[in-house]
Amino acid sequence: MGQLTTIEKLEILADAAKYDASCASSGTAKKNSIGGKGIGSTEGMGICHAYAPDGRCISLLKVLLTNHCIFDCHYCINRKSSDVRRARFTPQEVVDLTLSFYRRNYIEGLFLSSGIIKSSNHTMEQMVETARILREEHDFRGYIHLKTIPEADPELVYQAGLYADRVSINVELPTDAGLTRLAPDKNARQIEGAMGEVKSSIIENKDARKRFKHAPRFAPAGQSTQMIVGADTASDADIVGKASRLYDGFGLRRVYYSAFSPIPDASAVLPLKRPPLIREHRLYQSDWLMRFYGYSSREVMQATGTDGMLPLDIDPKLAWALNFRENFPLDVNRAPREMLLRVPGLGVRAVNRIIAARRHHLLRLDDVAKLTVSIAKVRPFLVAADWRPTMLTDRSDLRSLLAPRQEQLELFAA
Amino acid sequence: MTALQHVKLGAYYVVTLPEPDDFDFWRERARALVQSDVPPDRVAWVEPGGSGNLFSHGERRMPVPDVTAPQVRASRAFVTLAKNAILHTDAERFALLYRLLWRHQANPRIMEDKTDGDVRRIDELARIVRRDSHKMHAFVRFRLVEESDEEEAGEHYVAWFEPEHHILRANAGFFMRRFANMKWSILTPRGSLHWDGKVMEEGPPAQRSDAPVGDPAEDLWRKYYASTFNPSRLKIGAMLKEMPKKYWKNMPEASLIPELVAGAQARESAMVAAGEIKDEARPDTLAAIEKALQTCRRCPIAELGTNPVMGEGLLDAPLMIVGEQPGDQEDVQGRPFVGPAGQLLDMHLAQAGIDRQGAYVTNTVKHFKYVMRGKRRLHQSPTAKEIDSCRWWVDSERALVKPRLVLALGASAARGVLGRTVSISRARGVPKMLDDGSELWITAHPSYLLRLEGPAREEQEKLFTADLAAVAARLTELVA
Repeated sequence: MGQLTTIEKLEILADAAKYDASCASSGTAKKNSIGGKGIGSTEGMGICHAYAPDGRCISLLKVLLTNHCIFDCHYCINRKSSDVRRARFTPQEVVDLTLSFYRRNYIEGLFLSSGIIKSSNHTMEQMVETARILREEHDFRGYIHLKTIPEADPELVYQAGLYADRVSINVELPTDAGLTRLAPDKNARQIEGAMGEVKSSIIENKDARKRFKHAPRFAPAGQSTQMIVGADTASDADIVGKASRLYDGFGLRRVYYSAFSPIPDASAVLPLKRPPLIREHRLYQSDWLMRFYGYSSREVMQATGTDGMLPLDIDPKLAWALNFRENFPLDVNRAPREMLLRVPGLGVRAVNRIIAARRHHLLRLDDVAKLTVSIAKVRPFLVAADWRPTMLTDRSDLRSLLAPRQEQLELFAA
Repeated sequence: MTALQHVKLGAYYVVTLPEPDDFDFWRERARALVQSDVPPDRVAWVEPGGSGNLFSHGERRMPVPDVTAPQVRASRAFVTLAKNAILHTDAERFALLYRLLWRHQANPRIMEDKTDGDVRRIDELARIVRRDSHKMHAFVRFRLVEESDEEEAGEHYVAWFEPEHHILRANAGFFMRRFANMKWSILTPRGSLHWDGKVMEEGPPAQRSDAPVGDPAEDLWRKYYASTFNPSRLKIGAMLKEMPKKYWKNMPEASLIPELVAGAQARESAMVAAGEIKDEARPDTLAAIEKALQTCRRCPIAELGTNPVMGEGLLDAPLMIVGEQPGDQEDVQGRPFVGPAGQLLDMHLAQAGIDRQGAYVTNTVKHFKYVMRGKRRLHQSPTAKEIDSCRWWVDSERALVKPRLVLALGASAARGVLGRTVSISRARGVPKMLDDGSELWITAHPSYLLRLEGPAREEQEKLFTADLAAVAARLTELVA
């Protein structure tokens, strides 16, 4: 086999990296290239430079250093026993690609991950070297996300955090049993151990920066992780519980969910059917409830059915409200913020606007309509100056009144 | 009240902005006008190049506020929004901002009331401008020009971009901070920016032909774009929402989108075909067709998430009526021709003496194709390609029902049966022989009649009635 050209390697290694869900470039420290030698800036808000036809944002150059791997995780397209084309970038090649794309304003930065070659330490060294060349030799001030390898030496993971805006370690599967079965070379304790180390480095660094202004930054955009949904039998309640423990235990910025998608050359251990994409969406919605709406993981689990799964036809917030109808209707002119946030159909923005506007005058239903996306959806749960939902929350068919139409038909068809 | 002494009672002021995005100029004039007690309906704000003679009777000299006039108050929220809103192309924006500033003096917390019409409007303008700016940060694409002049030697990155609003100058800082040590230019139809690593210069409006046409790195970028796309989760709507087609022409990767989508659909249908039925083996019952339709992903319409609507009627019906596609009502009820067009069709069929119960009624395209307009799902005509993808199903139905006569309603239906586009006005009233020996009659779609009014509608209704009468007569002959 002859040498692969850069474009061929890019094709293989970008294709192999696309199953990582995260492409975020937000929430890092502000920096720019004024006064420097190179290029790059991060100003808080992430930027999606393009969207692929799968609807996902393309913000970073997301590639693997190599898709050769000594591990044999069943869900992974790059596992040892898989029959895919293999390729390998040198750190310099990744650096050149990143800079070339960045100069043309195609990307916000680099998201580098890798299959494991030779040893975990060797692989991690190569990834850190890539980030080092970008930061030190080219004074690159754009965004860098490094996927770290939990089995690598903690010192190397620490190095990664000094160059990267964000580091992440994938927990891969929501249950330990699933991990043992599908990723025999990985170890849940080791993954969580590495996440714990990163967490304490981030905390120590924050502390150091309070005392020494010029202490080097460590992963200013924090750490994140990813779980594969639908490859094992874990229920939504299991997943939400796991995510919540991760948020609390490791101070994660984000837990990403990736619906297991049937990969070419799949392992026989895996289910053939892919989970409905809507399941991933419902899990993200529950994630939002915990992060921005003040729900505890226990409350999100109250929205699941007896099988521990979130309903697919309605969102988890509506499911929760239907299970706890005694809390509604709420008076839009008096109810406290944290309760208004629980009204299905009211987002954080709408609630803030309601609270600001009601200082000026009593809100009528058409005032609320101006502040929300869909008045029909929120109306049954609210009392306004000129509106009281008669018995609506007592109706047994409320769920079907509020469920989106097409799903409703599927229910009837079943 | 002293300020009033300086204002001619009932005077009408005209303020012409030097630049369409000059917030400081607007602020200075607005402040003086408020201090001179000039109400909003006595001021006309004119854009540079705007029609001045419309307001030729207006006073062009500014009133001089009294030194004792109170300070003009404006909340921080207002100033932040106003700085963005003034970049909008809406000609009313200056007046809107002045009206809000005026109302601020009586109610300094007015910006908190998001139910107020003016507050909502400024929010809206600022939101649109922020989005335009954000899309500019995202979608500007530089192309490398190697310069070989003795003094200018080096790399120069040049972009052509078409912002919708007056956002160029406001976003110069973003690109300067990001590409501080790079020589770059952004050319737009509203003006241009040039940064040489030290100094920012503004230039005149440019044309697309002033920008370079290609860049060797674009092949790599396109390869990356294609490879990072996951074809097993096609979500065209989500892509279009964030990256509307208007931006595509200046993005090198966008030219790949049609082929990526087509490839993903081919892949999906290959998977469906492998899992369910082969194209060669037609389903042998109507129930099998109905079942297979549930997983049909032959065309992007299915991605909209609507339900396939199967044909209905007698298995051995002599007449098959083919429409275009299910509408909103049909999608909800899961039956063909039950919406407004269906009711009109029923009326005409009854008039012509054709029994709908004795016919097989179906659609060329099985899914409802729509775009959201506010809360309504607005019908969209299927493309020729979509009709051709769906033809497989109509053909399968025809193979089972074996009608003696097929009545195609509208051009889409005609294409769905014939496989090529015909003109209704030329094809109507003349039967065509189909491969299986049955006859194809073509007429207009009833929804076409619904869209017409007055004499045009009367005329078309007559033609439609005549067509149905001819079909009824021919059907009697065939069945007899």
